[in-house]
Amino acid sequence: MTEVLSARGLAKSFGAVTAADGVDIDIAAGERVSLIGSNGAGKTTFVNMVTGYLKPDAGRITLQGRDITRLGPRRITRLGVARSFQVPQLAHDLTVLDNMLVAAACSDGRLSFWKPARSPARREQALALLERFTLAGDAGRRVAELPGGVRKLLDIAMALTGRPKLLLLDEPTSGVSAQEKYPMMDTIAGALAGEDVTVLFVEHDMDIVTRYADRVVAFYSGRIIADDAPQAVLADEQVRRYVTGTLQPASRTC
Amino acid sequence: MTPGRTILYGAALMAALLVAGLVMPRWLQFLCTMAISHGVVSLGIVLLMRSGVVSFGQGFVFGAGGYAAALAANHLGISDAFVLVAFGGGAAVLLAAPIAPLLARYRSIFFAMLTLAISMVLYGVLVKSSAMGGSDGFNVSRPTLLGAEVPAESANFALYAVAVIVVGILATAARIYSDSVRGLVSLAIRENELRVEYLGASVTGAIAVNFVFAAFLGGVGGALTLLALGHIEPGFSYWTTSGEFVFIAILAGHHSMLAVFAASLAVELVRSFSNLYFPHTWQLGMGIFLLLMIRFLPRGLGSLWADRRGTAVQSS
Repeated sequence: MTEVLSARGLAKSFGAVTAADGVDIDIAAGERVSLIGSNGAGKTTFVNMVTGYLKPDAGRITLQGRDITRLGPRRITRLGVARSFQVPQLAHDLTVLDNMLVAAACSDGRLSFWKPARSPARREQALALLERFTLAGDAGRRVAELPGGVRKLLDIAMALTGRPKLLLLDEPTSGVSAQEKYPMMDTIAGALAGEDVTVLFVEHDMDIVTRYADRVVAFYSGRIIADDAPQAVLADEQVRRYVTGTLQPASRTC
Repeated sequence: MTPGRTILYGAALMAALLVAGLVMPRWLQFLCTMAISHGVVSLGIVLLMRSGVVSFGQGFVFGAGGYAAALAANHLGISDAFVLVAFGGGAAVLLAAPIAPLLARYRSIFFAMLTLAISMVLYGVLVKSSAMGGSDGFNVSRPTLLGAEVPAESANFALYAVAVIVVGILATAARIYSDSVRGLVSLAIRENELRVEYLGASVTGAIAVNFVFAAFLGGVGGALTLLALGHIEPGFSYWTTSGEFVFIAILAGHHSMLAVFAASLAVELVRSFSNLYFPHTWQLGMGIFLLLMIRFLPRGLGSLWADRRGTAVQSS
C-alpha cells in the first residue's frame, strides 16, 4: 500500500515537558487510524505538527513523499491535509450554510472578487455535503445557536469540503453525550464512505476506537508504545497500564 | 444578490439621487457632497471591519488622495474632476500597497494604532513641508467636467453629481465584492481566522487586499472633499479626521453599504445644525448620539434592514 503520511524521529518539547519524543509512523492510503493515549501523551501535538500548527524541534514529516515539516497550515491544507478541532473552529455569527460556502470557496483556491458566494450552484453543492452529515435541516441556523454535537459535525464537514487526501479529527466525540456518540460516529463514517481519504482520529473512548478504527496507535509520554490492530493494542500490557488503566501499576514495596 | 441585480439597483439609486440633486437647495447639495465624500472613506473602514480589523488612520489615505489631486491640479495642469478623483484614488493605492502586507500581520488595537501612527507621520510631513503649503495648506481652482467649464452657479450640483456617480459606482462595486466569494471569506476571517487558514485561504492576503481597496476609497474621498472645499490642509490626515471616519463606520455597522452613507449624512446634518445652534458643545451631541446608537442598535444603522434581508434569504 502507498504511504500517505510518514513521520521520522519527531520531537517536540514545551520547556521541561516532552510532547513528542522520537515519533516514527507510516500511514497507508485508506487507513482509519485512531490515536489513543492519556491527556498529555502527545496525540494532539502530533496532529498539530502534521497540520503545520506546530513545528517539530527535530524529525521529518512527509506527505506522499513530499517534505512538509516546515510548511504552515495553509500550504499543508493546499497539499491535501484537512483537520477538525477538539473545540470546533467555526464562524459563529454565520449560518451553517455560509460556513460550508466559506469552506467551498477556500477549497476552490482562487477567491473571486465578483462571483457571488451564495450562487445556486454553490448552495446546492454545500447542501449536498450537509445532507451527508444530516445537517441540511440546520443550514439556515446561526452556528452560535447550535448544540455541541452539531458543531462537531459541521467542523468535520467543512474539513471534508476540499476533498483532502488525509483527514485528521481531533477528538470528534469529546463533549458529546454517551447516547450521541455512536450515532455521531455512524454519521461521520457514512459521510466518509466512498471518499478516497485516509483518516486519523484522536479518541479517548475505547469502544469507539474498537468499532471505527482498523489500526490503533497508542501514545505515552510523547512516544508510541503500541501500533497494531485495535484488539492487539488494547490487550497490550503497556497500553492497559498507561492508557486504558485496566492494569494497575505494579505495587511498590517499601 | 447577483452582480447584475446589484448594478441595476445601484444605477437606479444613482439616477434617483441625481434627480433629487436637481431640486435640492445649494446648501444641501454641498452637505450631501461632503457626506458622500466622507462616507466613501468610511466605506473602506467597513470593508476592513468585515475582515475583523479597524483602521484608525484612514486620514492617511484621505490626505494622500486629497494632496495628490491638489498637486495634480496645480502642478500638472489636470483640471477634470473625474481625472483628479481617479488620481487621488490611485495615489492612495500607491502609498498603501507597499505597507499592506506588513499591516495585515497585525490585529485589533495593534492594527488600529499602526494605521494611526502612519497617518500622523503623513500629518507631520505635511505640516513641515512648505512645498505642500505647510499648516495652512493651499487652494485649488474649480475643476472642469469632461472638458467643459462649470459655471459658478451650478458648481455645487456638478460636484454633487460627480460624487454621486463616482461613489455610486464604487459603492456598487463594494456591494458586489462583499457578496462575492472573497467577501464571504472576509466575514469568516472576522469570525475565526484560524479556521480560514486551515481551509487553505490566506488570511493576511485577504486583509491586505481589503486594506488596498479601502485605501482607494479613502483616496477618492480625499479628492472629492478637496474639490468640494477648493482647499486642502494637513488636517485631512489628522487623527481626529480619522476618528470621524471610524465614528461613521461604527454608526453604520458592517452589514450595509447604504447605511454608511446614511450615517455619514446624519453626522453631517448633526454637525452642521449643532455648529449653528450650539457651536461649543456639538461634540457632546455627537457623543450622545453614538452612545444611543450603540445601546439601541449595536449592529449599526444597517442592521435595521440588513438583518431583515438576511432572515428572508435564509428562509428562502
